[in-house]
Amino acid sequence: MKQIVIISGKGGTGKTFITSSIAAIAENKVISDCDVDAADLHLMLSPIIKEKHIFKSGKVAILNKELCTGCGKCINVCRFDAITPYENIVTIDPISCDGCGICARICPVGAIRMEEKVSGEWYISETKYGPMVHAKLNIAEENSGKLISVIRKKASEIAEMEKRDFIIIDGSPGIGCPVISSISGADCAIVVTEPTMSGLHDAERVIKTARHFGVSPCMIINKYDLNIEMSRKIEDYAQVENISVIGKIPFDEEVVEAITRGIPIVEYSKGEVVDNLYSIWGRVLDILKIKDEGIEKDAIK
Amino acid sequence: MIISVASGKGGTGKTTISTSLALSIEEEPVQFIDCDVEEPNSFIFLKPNNLKKKSATVLVPEIDKNKCTFCGLCQEICEYNALVVLKDNVLVLPELCHSCGGCSLLCPEKAISEVDREVGTIEMGKRNNIEMVYGRLNIGEAMPVPLIKMVKKYIRKNNNVIIDAPPGTSCPVIEAVKDSDYCILVTEPTPFGLNDLKLAVGVMHELNKPFGVIINRHGMGDIGVEEYCREEKIEILMKVPFEKEIAVAYSKGIPLIELYPEYKRKFQNILNMIVNIVEKKANSKIMQER
Repeated sequence: MKQIVIISGKGGTGKTFITSSIAAIAENKVISDCDVDAADLHLMLSPIIKEKHIFKSGKVAILNKELCTGCGKCINVCRFDAITPYENIVTIDPISCDGCGICARICPVGAIRMEEKVSGEWYISETKYGPMVHAKLNIAEENSGKLISVIRKKASEIAEMEKRDFIIIDGSPGIGCPVISSISGADCAIVVTEPTMSGLHDAERVIKTARHFGVSPCMIINKYDLNIEMSRKIEDYAQVENISVIGKIPFDEEVVEAITRGIPIVEYSKGEVVDNLYSIWGRVLDILKIKDEGIEKDAIK
Repeated sequence: MIISVASGKGGTGKTTISTSLALSIEEEPVQFIDCDVEEPNSFIFLKPNNLKKKSATVLVPEIDKNKCTFCGLCQEICEYNALVVLKDNVLVLPELCHSCGGCSLLCPEKAISEVDREVGTIEMGKRNNIEMVYGRLNIGEAMPVPLIKMVKKYIRKNNNVIIDAPPGTSCPVIEAVKDSDYCILVTEPTPFGLNDLKLAVGVMHELNKPFGVIINRHGMGDIGVEEYCREEKIEILMKVPFEKEIAVAYSKGIPLIELYPEYKRKFQNILNMIVNIVEKKANSKIMQER
């Protein structure tokens, strides 16, 4: 079983549109939306939720106003500026609270207790393209990385049990905690970029991140004809860094039309973009094969 | 006054809007604070001079093994699993540490001190009346929030402050926008844009922030975002049309108001409107308190 993750560094370069098409093209797979912070893949794949689970993670400090004497010791130890004086006692801001629990430990009268937080939900769903594991992090929550670990583990279990060949993972923008959780242990990271200065800058950073965690990257330049010169710069960069550019997708209004209708474009159109996406999936399969052969060779050595 | 520019979905045009908003302010000093420390891009458009770099560090525990009795209390205290106490050793996993300081505070042997660990850099520069501060998280670092806090320390509240926030709806966004007086949400007219706008509006309600929406790439996609804003009585501050020229200028790092100088007026009008809204809110708060 192979895990393919789609990331971008910069947001809005076309991750989800490409993931939805790969999800439709690839055979025998499990789909996983790891952009738990602003999940959109469900809008394209119309999953029917079969199982719903609560995600508990982290803690929050709760004040017992009756016991609090307003001594302020908790204010001094809180590194997250979550506790402030209020009406002769204190008040705790649950959004700023990081859940470290030090206030509860040092409170001389035991007026603070730590409570486990429900910070989201995750789902196992059925789509016409196969099973899908996805999630929703509650607004203003943290620990997106842990939620992603939960859904990736579940996706792997399903893939093992049903003998699926691939897990297709939609990642999130950025290079921090959710991205690290989405890429760790993946067999291939597809970095979707666009021919803009920001696109290249951000792709470079996420490629470094992927390599830092031992995941080999390849690249897609989406809307490459928007700025041909910039696309060339990205290809030059890829060559220097020894990264395959596995596809260059032109700008096409049909992409927006397909998104507006909530259908993966490979099922909506027969245009150039669709040809591109099929050839991209072919290139991914080649990369995975070459990687496997390399591993076998190493094993023989 | 602090105005932050945010969005649920990435790539809707936060940086396009925030940089042009800052550039539209003439004569008065402006602070531009880029809080998207994972992928900072605004410097590409604002091109600051005289860049200065500073290392950004957080505190992590260091164990004095001569004093440590391996009692295991620090491991028990640590909610982040950053300390592992073995029979005759203590392992510190610094990338898991949230710098709460609990272990060093509560160690009965005073065997734990705190030392600096670099998580990124803070970069500063100037362009005319704009003072720029942005953070750059080191590759492989998971937690942007401490760096966002450090970048925000440079804010001088009585200034004009524009914050470029990261995408999403979780902790980094909250940290970036929570002290703002007003928030501009940038979206695009597609089902993705609408879905993520709703999430961002949820964040605004959670934080009780006044906000308005800018629709970027107006004319592509559908009218779902406009219908939603009308139903929810959310102010649409501006619509930026879906035009190839704008996209090409963006790709080269040219700010919107340099491509189309007539936008300067539009952004100034938005700023005036926001000042009015914020002042009205402040006044009604004073009235309530009386």
